[in-house]
Amino acid sequence: MSMSSISGSAILLCIATTAIAESPGLGEPVSQSEIEQLDFVVMPDGSGLPAGSGTAMEGQALFATHCIACHGEDGTGGINDRLAGGHGSLATDAPAKTVGSYWPYATTLFDYIRRAMPYQSPGTLTPDEIYALTAYVLFINEIVDENAELDAEALPAVRMPNADGFTWDYQP
Amino acid sequence: MKTSPDDFVPAAGNGLLDRRVFLRAGAAGSLGLLAASAGAQERPAWAKLPGEGMGPAGAPSKHEAHIRRGHLSLQTGTTGSGASRTPLEFLDGIITPSRLHFERHHSGIPDIDPRLHKLVIHGLVRRPLEFDVDALVRYPAVSRIQFLECSGNSGVLTAAEPVQASCGSIHGLVSASEWGGVPLSVLLDEAGVEPRGKWLVADGADAAMMSRSVPLEKAMDDAIVALYQNGEPLRPANGYPMRLFLPGWEGNISVKWLRTIKVTDGPAMTRDETSKYSDLREDGSARLFTFPMGVKSVITSPSPGLTMRQRGVYQIAGIAWSGAGRIARVQISVDGGNSWADAALDEHVLPKCLTRFRAAWNWDGGPSVIMSRALDETGAIQPDRGSWFDGQSRGNFYHYNAVHAWQVGADGESTHVYV
Repeated sequence: MSMSSISGSAILLCIATTAIAESPGLGEPVSQSEIEQLDFVVMPDGSGLPAGSGTAMEGQALFATHCIACHGEDGTGGINDRLAGGHGSLATDAPAKTVGSYWPYATTLFDYIRRAMPYQSPGTLTPDEIYALTAYVLFINEIVDENAELDAEALPAVRMPNADGFTWDYQP
Repeated sequence: MKTSPDDFVPAAGNGLLDRRVFLRAGAAGSLGLLAASAGAQERPAWAKLPGEGMGPAGAPSKHEAHIRRGHLSLQTGTTGSGASRTPLEFLDGIITPSRLHFERHHSGIPDIDPRLHKLVIHGLVRRPLEFDVDALVRYPAVSRIQFLECSGNSGVLTAAEPVQASCGSIHGLVSASEWGGVPLSVLLDEAGVEPRGKWLVADGADAAMMSRSVPLEKAMDDAIVALYQNGEPLRPANGYPMRLFLPGWEGNISVKWLRTIKVTDGPAMTRDETSKYSDLREDGSARLFTFPMGVKSVITSPSPGLTMRQRGVYQIAGIAWSGAGRIARVQISVDGGNSWADAALDEHVLPKCLTRFRAAWNWDGGPSVIMSRALDETGAIQPDRGSWFDGQSRGNFYHYNAVHAWQVGADGESTHVYV
């Protein structure tokens, strides 16, 4: 090794040392299986979606059991958020921001239901049930038909009516 | 030093006095105080016997028991989703007592055992890592005295008619604290963000596993993983044992009960950042990622419930803040915006923090509309109400920061008015 490459390595070493100088380096390694257990993130391209599938027909019964008390029959609203309808209302004085009229990505439904719903017992639905409920909520918004089967490939391919309705304020 | 109204120089119409009264040592403190009366020596009842002993933790005076978080708005059918608001009208200074910090929860306050809680950083990193509280407290700590504001704060001001409520009930989704913790950049550097990593997705350990996407740029700039609030471990309602804190940005993104950070190549488009905290426009389009909180101010005293019982000199006090940096100037009007004068700013003018302002007002007992208007160091000016609505959907109530007015009536009571 020539002198110049030795000093080059030394400089690189110095930079690396400086960069982590403020870190005592106490993070513990995490295994891939541990990460899979706690990673709930579903991206708009579908990455993060688990195996499984479900149809709107299957979702209808689940909706009646788990969702109707807060979101009303067919998601038209109850004591909590209205999920369906409101199409064409966004530019009016009474905009109704529902899944069908407002949400830009269908993948968000799966992500949110898996995280937070049903409100009183989050984490109790299987992936198949979440796909089915997602399909049902899209069905009542006339975005998919009742027999459409959603899975990790079909869900990110669903195009939402308001997909082009958003601009970014933050500019990277 | 004793002051009298004759000492004061008018600065604007309807009795607003020059702010220099607050720059003279002691003058502010003497406003409204009566000179001690001479007479025979005597003791108040509470000075005739030794007082109570010490205790393991303090509590406010029983005479201040009315100072409580107000306007609890619960989402129907839940016991833990909703908001409570800081009672701004009863507070002074710039630090919000932790017990009075506003709350906004999406599925209640989780009861987290810190020994079982970990923060996991994964995704586009070279070394996925986990950190528990014991590890994080060994990192070089930083402190930030900064505000946190929910982007729905003051949203009720988009109503057609002015809502009659206390200052805190209207504007109390803002608080300020000393947040202590570890720079997020240090933890991300330790994990080694890959070049493709541009965003991160943070989620909490609450039952909603509330999640938001954060640009890596902000995460590496001034974000911290906070462990302390006003010198003590975070309160459970504020994310115990650890939370994300992103200075100056809408509160929802400072994810509480921080559980995972996944480095990604783009935003996850979570429910909260798309369907909730996005800003609908008049033309039906909407803005995503409206992160910084705009420059804003509000008069906290006088305000509804704080009655002015006689004409004469009063202190107008309030708070101003900006997500872009320091407050440069606050102007006050006591004649409905016809004339303005500068308020005095308290000593601590910190970036992305509440700044306390004060003005002296010689009230003649007549009806008066009082307002404040803030400017920040970037030159941004708090908009008037009409300008704020330009281009906004009537259905949007996020990021409301327009100039706010109280009307002081001849009876000394303040009410909320639009100007």
